[in-house]
Amino acid sequence: MASLHVTGLKGSGIGPLSLQVGAGETLCIHGPSGSGKTLLLRAIADLDPNSGEVALGDMRRSDIPAHRWRREVMYLAPESHWWADRARPHAPQWPQDMLQALELDSGVLDREIRQLSSGERQRLALIRVLVRSPRVLLLDEPTANLDPNNVEAVEQMIMDYRERHAAAVLWVSHDPAQRERIATRSRRMQQGQLQ
Amino acid sequence: MNDPAFIPLDSGDLLIAAGLLLLAGVLSWALRLDVERRLLIAAARSTVQLLLLGLILHSIFSTQSLWLIMLVMSVMLAVAGYEAWSRQTRRLKGWWGYGTGALSMLLSSVTIALMSVSVILQPTPWYHPQYLIPLLGMMLGNTMTGIAVAMDTLGREAWSRRGEIEARLTLGEIPGAAIGDIRRASLRAGLIPIINSMTTAGVVSLPGMMTGQILAGGAPFEAAKYQLMILFLIAAGTAIGSASAVLIMSHRLFDARERLRLDRLK
Repeated sequence: MASLHVTGLKGSGIGPLSLQVGAGETLCIHGPSGSGKTLLLRAIADLDPNSGEVALGDMRRSDIPAHRWRREVMYLAPESHWWADRARPHAPQWPQDMLQALELDSGVLDREIRQLSSGERQRLALIRVLVRSPRVLLLDEPTANLDPNNVEAVEQMIMDYRERHAAAVLWVSHDPAQRERIATRSRRMQQGQLQ
Repeated sequence: MNDPAFIPLDSGDLLIAAGLLLLAGVLSWALRLDVERRLLIAAARSTVQLLLLGLILHSIFSTQSLWLIMLVMSVMLAVAGYEAWSRQTRRLKGWWGYGTGALSMLLSSVTIALMSVSVILQPTPWYHPQYLIPLLGMMLGNTMTGIAVAMDTLGREAWSRRGEIEARLTLGEIPGAAIGDIRRASLRAGLIPIINSMTTAGVVSLPGMMTGQILAGGAPFEAAKYQLMILFLIAAGTAIGSASAVLIMSHRLFDARERLRLDRLK
């Protein structure tokens, strides 16, 4: 059980800002495009140069190598990228029940990535993250390209994961109805600042 | 050099060869291939540079001053470093761009040239410029190409595949794994020319050095042995130089917090 603490985070275009997400909690971030939501998530995952104190429980980000931090605090980008031709090599395992829950047949793993729809890629990218068991999820519009019943399945899977792993979830979402369904708390972002 | 088989060239002979080049230039102009300017500039540069070198080498051979030889070697290395740098489209900013290529050539070409005169050829004195300078020139010319191609590939691939690299970083991979595929592809691109030329040497192509030695009246079998040594040295040098350039450059593309820093490219 570990919560995410962000104190005085400052990067290009954002901050300084502070926030906390408790274990098992979902903090939703919304705000106009260009307000720095993606930059915030990337800064927490240490993907862009930034300063400030970020910690998971009593583990401080600056005390461990960045790749170990990112294994715990995993960022899911709005657009997924794949380095092999097919999805299968991108994760150590692809649990059948997860594929089923997101209405993906297992053949999808061995088809060429560029033949998949953006929605299929987005759902596979979520599984690719969850099977690595991070303790914090940084989700950047994870349902943007999905049709309504898939949106629901993805929300359900993330909430189940959060319950089971007592994970802290930071979720960027444009949709007020979605925030209503999933958020423990919501904060608005504007011009690089949280309100 | 006073072997009867050696035929000296006079300026008329050179003019005939230059006339052919001029013809190629006219062709490029007529077909609007747009290379005639670069062709002529490169031809003019090589004329001036080679004739000057011929003159300078003559006096260096007679003085055999170690300091003068070191100066010539430094100039060669500096120019090779600049050439390798200027041939890259996405290169490292600041001194890193120039330094990475130049250091890699120092590690590969200069050390191998020094090693081959001191261990293999053993002229007296060991730094005899008649051996050291041409060997270094051969090494630099070839490793320069390999290093430039490898670094160019690395810069362009890292730029266009940044999404892939970052996806791997976000999933917790270390930088070396995240850029591993690109690193291997770059190294391969740098080494393919020398691998190809070793493959076809003697069957399709007569390498330049062997040709020169034979034209200058040398015994073909002796020329073949020299050429083999040169090919091996070049291949080893290109491999070492490209590997070092790719390692340094890919290291520089990440910072201490293992972030992909494409802002270090221009």
